[in-house]
Amino acid sequence: MSTDLETIQHVTESEYKYGFATDIDTEAVPPGLNEDVVRLISAKKGEPEWLLQWRLKAFRHWQKMEEPTWHNVHYPPIDYQSIIYFAAPKKKAKSLDEVDPELLEMYEKLGIPLNEREALAGVAVDAVLDSMSVATTYKDKLAEKGIIFCSFSEAVREHPELVRQYLGSVVPHTDNYFAALNSAVFSDGSFVFIPKGVRCPMELSTYFRINAQNTGQFERTLIVAEDGAYVSYLEGCTAPMRDENQLHAAVVELVAMERATIKYSTVQNWYPGDKEGRGGIYNFVTKRGICAGRASKISWTQVETGSAITWKYPSCILKGDDSIGEFYSVAVTKNYQQADTGTKMIHIGKNTRSTIVSKGISAGFGQNTYRGQVKVAKGADNARNYSQCDSMLIGDRCGAHTFPYLEVSNPTAQLEHEASTSKIGEDQIFYCNQRGISTEDAVSMIVNGFCKEVFRELPMEFAVEAQKLLAVSLEGSVG
Amino acid sequence: MHSTTESFQKNFALFEHSLNGESELPLHQLRRRSLERFSTLGFPTTRDEDWRFTNIAPLAATQFRPILVSEPHSITPAQVAAAGYAGQSGQRLVFVNGHFAPGLSQLGEVGNGATVSNLAAAIKADAAAVEQFIESLPATKPDTFAALNTAFIRDGVFISVPSGIIIEQPIHLLFIGVATSEATVAHLRNLISVGENAQATIIEEYVSIGGGGNHATFTNPVTQIAAAPNATVNHYRIQHEQELGFHIGTFHATLDRASTVNSITFTLGSAIVRNNTSAVLAGPGAHCTMDGVYLANETQLVDNHTTLDHAAPNCTSHELYKGVLNDRGRGVFSGRIIVRQDAQKTDSKQSNRNLLLSDTAIIDSKPQLEIFADDVKCTHGATIGQLSDESLFYLRARGIGLAEARAILTYAFAEEVVEHIAIPELRDYLETLLNTRLEH
Repeated sequence: MSTDLETIQHVTESEYKYGFATDIDTEAVPPGLNEDVVRLISAKKGEPEWLLQWRLKAFRHWQKMEEPTWHNVHYPPIDYQSIIYFAAPKKKAKSLDEVDPELLEMYEKLGIPLNEREALAGVAVDAVLDSMSVATTYKDKLAEKGIIFCSFSEAVREHPELVRQYLGSVVPHTDNYFAALNSAVFSDGSFVFIPKGVRCPMELSTYFRINAQNTGQFERTLIVAEDGAYVSYLEGCTAPMRDENQLHAAVVELVAMERATIKYSTVQNWYPGDKEGRGGIYNFVTKRGICAGRASKISWTQVETGSAITWKYPSCILKGDDSIGEFYSVAVTKNYQQADTGTKMIHIGKNTRSTIVSKGISAGFGQNTYRGQVKVAKGADNARNYSQCDSMLIGDRCGAHTFPYLEVSNPTAQLEHEASTSKIGEDQIFYCNQRGISTEDAVSMIVNGFCKEVFRELPMEFAVEAQKLLAVSLEGSVG
Repeated sequence: MHSTTESFQKNFALFEHSLNGESELPLHQLRRRSLERFSTLGFPTTRDEDWRFTNIAPLAATQFRPILVSEPHSITPAQVAAAGYAGQSGQRLVFVNGHFAPGLSQLGEVGNGATVSNLAAAIKADAAAVEQFIESLPATKPDTFAALNTAFIRDGVFISVPSGIIIEQPIHLLFIGVATSEATVAHLRNLISVGENAQATIIEEYVSIGGGGNHATFTNPVTQIAAAPNATVNHYRIQHEQELGFHIGTFHATLDRASTVNSITFTLGSAIVRNNTSAVLAGPGAHCTMDGVYLANETQLVDNHTTLDHAAPNCTSHELYKGVLNDRGRGVFSGRIIVRQDAQKTDSKQSNRNLLLSDTAIIDSKPQLEIFADDVKCTHGATIGQLSDESLFYLRARGIGLAEARAILTYAFAEEVVEHIAIPELRDYLETLLNTRLEH
C-alpha cells in the first residue's frame, strides 16, 4: 500500500499556482461592520437613496439573524468585525487603455487577457478585483444588439430601473445569513440584460480575484434574459495564498422569462489553504435562478476545486410551465478542504423537468458533501426529476456524504435519485498499466472519465481549463 | 411543550410509588437518570432536523394515563387469536396495555437453557443483567422517546438464547393496546440476546382491541437485539394499531462478527407512527437486512428513520423500504448509512420506493450516505412515482375493473418485501393484512 501513501502525499503536495499577490494601490475602508460602513460603501459608489435604504434594511435584518449551523462543514467562528468590507484599486480607469498596467499584468498572469485583441475569440470579460470591477471587454459590440453587460455599479448608474426591478427578486435580502450580509455590503459584480429574442453572440465571463489582505469579497451578479433570449455566462475565481481565512459571500440571481435560456458555468478556484489546512477562502455563496416564464431553462454547471470551505447550492425555481432546471457539478476536496454543495430544484409549474448530476471527489483529509433538495409543489403536475450523485474517494482519511431531500406533494411526479460511492479500482489501474499508461495518467484518465458528464456541459475553453485544473488538483494521485 | 413533559414527570412519581421495593435497585437510578434526560430534551418539534416532517404536537398535547399495574381486562383467547397472527404453535407472549398477560400467553418449554420470559420477571430474577443490557443501547443521538421508555422500564420481553442453540419455532410477541375512555400509554422494553452460533426468529406485533372507549393509545416500545458472533436473528415487526393511536418505536441491533440480523417492518396502523430503526455492524463480516413496508391512508403519518452504522470491515447491508401513500396520508423516510473509517470493503445498498395514489398524499424521502472509508461500495436510490398507465391498461383490457387493477398493482408493489418473509404462514398472514388494507 506504499503507493497509496505516496499518492496521498502527492495529492496534498500539489501547489496552488494562482497564489501570488499583486502590489496595487488599494483604497479600503477600515475593518468592521456597522451602519456607517454600509453608508460609506454606498456613498463611495455614489448610489441612489433607494439602494442605500435597501442595504440598510438588509443589514438590520442580518443583525437579527444567526449564522447557520446545519451544514456539514466545521470552521472556527468568523469575526465579522475584523473583515474589511470594501477594497478597490485606487486608480479608476475610464477605458481599457487607462487600466493600471500592474493590473493588466496580473490578469495576464492568471491567463485572463483583458486586452481585447488578445482575448479569447468570442468571450467578453468583466474583471472584478476585490470590491471593484476593473474592466469589461467587448461592451460596445454587445451594446449593438441591445445587450447590457457591465459592472453592477455601472448598471446602478446607467440602468437603475432594471436593477431596481430585479435586485432581490430571486434572492431576497432576508433569504439567509450570508445573502443578507451580501445585500448589506455588496460591492460590485456583473449585470447582464439580454433583451427579447436576442441570442447573445458570445460567451460572457466574469473573473473574480481577491487580492487585498483581510478583505472579504461580496459580489452580486444579476442576469436577466427576456422572452426568447439566450445567454451563456462563465465565472472564474482565484485568490492569493494567505495564512488567514478570507470570506467570500456572493449572491447570484438569474431571471429567465418565457422561452429564455440561461447557462451559468463556474470554475471556482479560490485559494484552498495549504496542506496543513491553514488559510484559504471561506466561500459562502447563494445562487438561485427563477424560470419565471413558460418553457424557460436555467442550467448551472460548476467545477469547484478551490476554497477551504465551499457552501453553495445553485438552485432553480421552476415556476413557468414546461420549464427546465439543470445542475451539473464536480467538486474536489483535498488537504483539509470541505465542501457542502448541491442544489435545490423547486417544481411549481406543470410539466417541469430537472436533472441533477453531481460528482464529488475527496482526497487527503477532504470532506465532500452533496446536499440537495427536490421539491414538487401540489400544482406541479407531471414534474420529472432525475438525480445522480456519485462520489469517489482517494485515500482513507477523506469522507463523502450525501444528503438528498425529496419532498413530493403531487402524485403525478416522477423522481429518481441515485447515489454511489466508489474508489479507483486496482483492476482499472492494472489494466491501464498493462497498456503502458503510467499510474498517474491512468488516475487522471479515470477521474476525467468520472467527471465527463459534467465537463461536457461546459463551454469548450472552460472544459479544457477544468480538465487541466482537475489534473493539477489531483497531481500524482495513485489510487 | 413543557407542560406535557411535566405530566410524564407526575406519572413518574406515581410509577415510582407503585414499584415498592424495586425502587431500591440500582436499575432505578438508571430510570431516574433517563427521566432527567427526557425532561432536558423535551419533545422534539419540527425545528429539529430529525423531526422536520413529523409534527408530534398532537401527541405532546395529550395527557396520558400511565397503567402502573396489570389491570383486569376482559380479553378472551378468541379475541387474541382474531387480533393477531395465529399461524403457528410456538411461544406466544401476550401483553395487555404494557403488562404481561400470562393467561393469554402460550409458554411452552423452550429448553436447552434458553430463557423466554417477560421483563418484569427477569428484573426480579437478575436486575443487574437487565440493567447492563439496557445500558448497551448507544445514546449517540439524543432521543427523547428512548429516554422516556427507559425512565418507565417495567415490562416487556427478555429473551436469551445460549450459544449454539437454534430455536426452530418463531417466538411471537403480541402487544395489545386497549382503547378505553382515557388516553393511555405503554412503555415496553424488549431485550433479545442471541448467543454464538445460535438462531432465533422473533415476531413483534402491535394491535389494538376496543375496550369500551375510543381514546388514544400511545405505544412507546424499545427493542434491543444483541447478536453474538455467527448468530442469526430474524425479526419481524408488524404494527396495525387503532387509528387514534400514536406509535413511536425504537429498534436497535448490535451485530458481532459474522452475525446476521434480518429486520422487516410493516407499518399499517395508528395516526402517527415513527419507527427509529438502527443497527451497528460492530464485528467484521456481519450482515444486516432492513426492509419495510408502510401504508398511510386517510390522515395517517408514517415516519421511518433508519440508520445502518458500518463500524467494522467486510460487512454488508441491504435496505429496501416501500411506501404506499393514499388519501391525505403522509410518508417520511430517512435512511442513513454511515461507513466508519475502519469499515473497509463495506457493501451497502439502500433503496426507498414510494407510490403516491392520491393528489393529497405527501412523501418526504431523505436517503443519506456518510462515508469515511475509501474502499467501499455504497449506493442508495429513491424513487417516487405512481402506478404505470400501461400496466393499468393491460389489466383493464383483460376485464379487470379500475379499482381492482389498482389494488393488484399496489399489492404487487409491496409484495417485493413480503416475499422476503421466510415463514410461509406469516407470509400468508401479511398478504391478507395488506390486501384488506389495500382494498378499501
